[in-house]
Amino acid sequence: MLDSWLFVGILIFVAIGFPAVPILVAYFIGPKRPNPIKKETYECGIETVGETWVQFKVQYYIYALVFLIFDVETVFLFPWAVAFDQLPLFAVVEGIIFIIILVGGLVYAWNRGILEWK
Amino acid sequence: MGFFSDPISFLADWLTALMTNAGWPEGLINVIITFLGVFVVANFGMLFVIFLIWLERKLAARMQDRLGPNRVGPYGLMQTIADIVKLFTKEDTTPEGADKVVFNLAPIMAVLSVLLIWAVIPFAEGWIGTDLNVGVLYIVAVGSIGIVATLIAGWSSNNKFALLGAFRTVAQLVSYEVPMVLSLLIPVLLAGNMTNIPGLGVESGMGLGSIVRAQHNWYSIFFLMAPLAALIFFISSIAEVGRTPFDLLEAESEIVAGFHIEYSGAKFAMIFAAEFLHAFTISVLTMTIFFGGWQGPGDSIPLVGWAWFMVKSLIVYFLVAWVRTTLPRIRIDHMLNYNWKFLTPLALVLLISTALVDRIVVDAVDISMTQGQIVRTLSHLAANLLIAWATIAILRRRQAARPTRQPVASPRPVARPPEPETTADAPAA
Amino acid sequence: MTALQIIFLIVSALLLVSAFMVVTVPNLVRAALWLIAALFMTGVVFVLLDAGFLAVVQVVVYIGAIAILFIFAVMLTRRVMTDSGPQTNANWWLAGLFSLALFGGISWILLGWDGANASAPAIDPGLDTVTRLGTELVNPDAFILPFEVASVLLLAALIGAVVVAWERD
Repeated sequence: MLDSWLFVGILIFVAIGFPAVPILVAYFIGPKRPNPIKKETYECGIETVGETWVQFKVQYYIYALVFLIFDVETVFLFPWAVAFDQLPLFAVVEGIIFIIILVGGLVYAWNRGILEWK
Repeated sequence: MGFFSDPISFLADWLTALMTNAGWPEGLINVIITFLGVFVVANFGMLFVIFLIWLERKLAARMQDRLGPNRVGPYGLMQTIADIVKLFTKEDTTPEGADKVVFNLAPIMAVLSVLLIWAVIPFAEGWIGTDLNVGVLYIVAVGSIGIVATLIAGWSSNNKFALLGAFRTVAQLVSYEVPMVLSLLIPVLLAGNMTNIPGLGVESGMGLGSIVRAQHNWYSIFFLMAPLAALIFFISSIAEVGRTPFDLLEAESEIVAGFHIEYSGAKFAMIFAAEFLHAFTISVLTMTIFFGGWQGPGDSIPLVGWAWFMVKSLIVYFLVAWVRTTLPRIRIDHMLNYNWKFLTPLALVLLISTALVDRIVVDAVDISMTQGQIVRTLSHLAANLLIAWATIAILRRRQAARPTRQPVASPRPVARPPEPETTADAPAA
Repeated sequence: MTALQIIFLIVSALLLVSAFMVVTVPNLVRAALWLIAALFMTGVVFVLLDAGFLAVVQVVVYIGAIAILFIFAVMLTRRVMTDSGPQTNANWWLAGLFSLALFGGISWILLGWDGANASAPAIDPGLDTVTRLGTELVNPDAFILPFEVASVLLLAALIGAVVVAWERD
């Protein structure tokens, strides 16, 4: 069981090395002639005004919150789907009730206009 | 196993025997063989990208009535190599005020998140990095590392456009993960009901190897049982890659290049390579999960199975490229509405109906028989068609209920050569 | 020491370092990144304990959703690159005292428990843990009530989030 994760463990190191080595090599072989104008933030050739920080819509956050709820839900559903062949009909219905309660949440959010981009 | 039918296993067995005879400890041999496997898989991914970039540029060019790269090498095949050399000799600039460590970390994480998916992809019979029993959820988990990579790339650049790109990332990538994961539950559920059939080799769990083996016949391919789930997975995967029509996070014409605006040289190359490899990876996943993976006539020879794997994957990749060159970018509110008010409810309804239909049909017929499996496939197909019909009917009704918009201005004439003045002696056109 | 123990020691050392960095790094987004590292290392510990499902769930839920939500909240409320709050307040020594007491207490309990020195029993290879989890979750004699209550809890969380974040106007 643990052996099956060995591949993933080694792949993590290799997959970090694959992009890291070219970036390092390019850093050494590439030219280095920095100047203050080159290091400026790119804004289509116009000097940047003010800070990078701009007030963003809170709504981005609401979508992330709704996503979090559904993410946790699907995590509960995966073992249910895996064990499907051993489940009698009523256990399947229990899983469906679990889904329907969350569909209620989606309907609520939809009705309150949360999913409306303004 | 001969070398020509199964070179990978042949070489692995040969090396194992060699090292065992040399008296090396078993654990070390295991690590070395696994490392070589990792190296082959990772190299396949990264080198194939070079070919993919050429392929996609050529495809896009042909679809737009251009020639595409045709100068460097035969058919322009060496164009990507030339591009790589160019990118590597570019100066590596980091903007003033950027968070240097995080800025350099982001492209590495982007490649990492895509390459890690390849650990669980079955290439052919026995050719799989590792058939984790949590394979499908592993893919989702690794994908979330990619979201973090995009987010920190946008944040660390200290650029307004980049930050805006990062915010759109959260709205888009995070939203489309919901229908993607829900549609992935359906094949897991369908494969779960095949574990009782002896001789198939389908183990419990959501490993991709089991999912492929569960689709052992043409009538048990999951695309026939769950065409809508396949479509939802395909669409939301394209959104996860962030390609047109869902390229809001890099939208050239609005926020220049979004989260990777400040990246240059090799770091840009890595972000670019990760995106292309991700596009191919979602083609491979769609093909593996819904179109039977490496299975096809003659697949008992692993090399033939691998050929099927490549052919099927490239066909799906052609679709991805086709979508990219055909559709314009979608507006952000449309993108979010499409996800939350169309794909997600549809995926939830599909999940419920698939669970019910499968339980009832599998209890009623004997699915270890061919007829039983065909009945199962047909009932799933019927349920899917019914849901598709109902969806279209609901959409039609909503379309009809929508107030017709008054035209703001009369249509303006398209530029065309002035019409010849009609005079009495002009010949009739 | 077996290879597994060495890996465990390295991973837990990294986990502790990341956790320490989370609370000491002044930049909030960087602290969130260290938090991601710590959560990832926790996932690795789950893998070492043969709990592959929990490991991927750890990454999906904590890194894929909660950590992103954290970074996001920081980016929405603070100045992006420069802002860094004060690291300590007047009661820092009290908090340190309580943490030490908690650490001591847990260590004391664990030292007195005979399971602390035992090695984990091997899992029957014929048993798929995820399948077992799935059957038990919807088994009326086991966890069916917590399973459905979890759904209701998630619904309540969704409604609560909507009310807190949206009812202003």
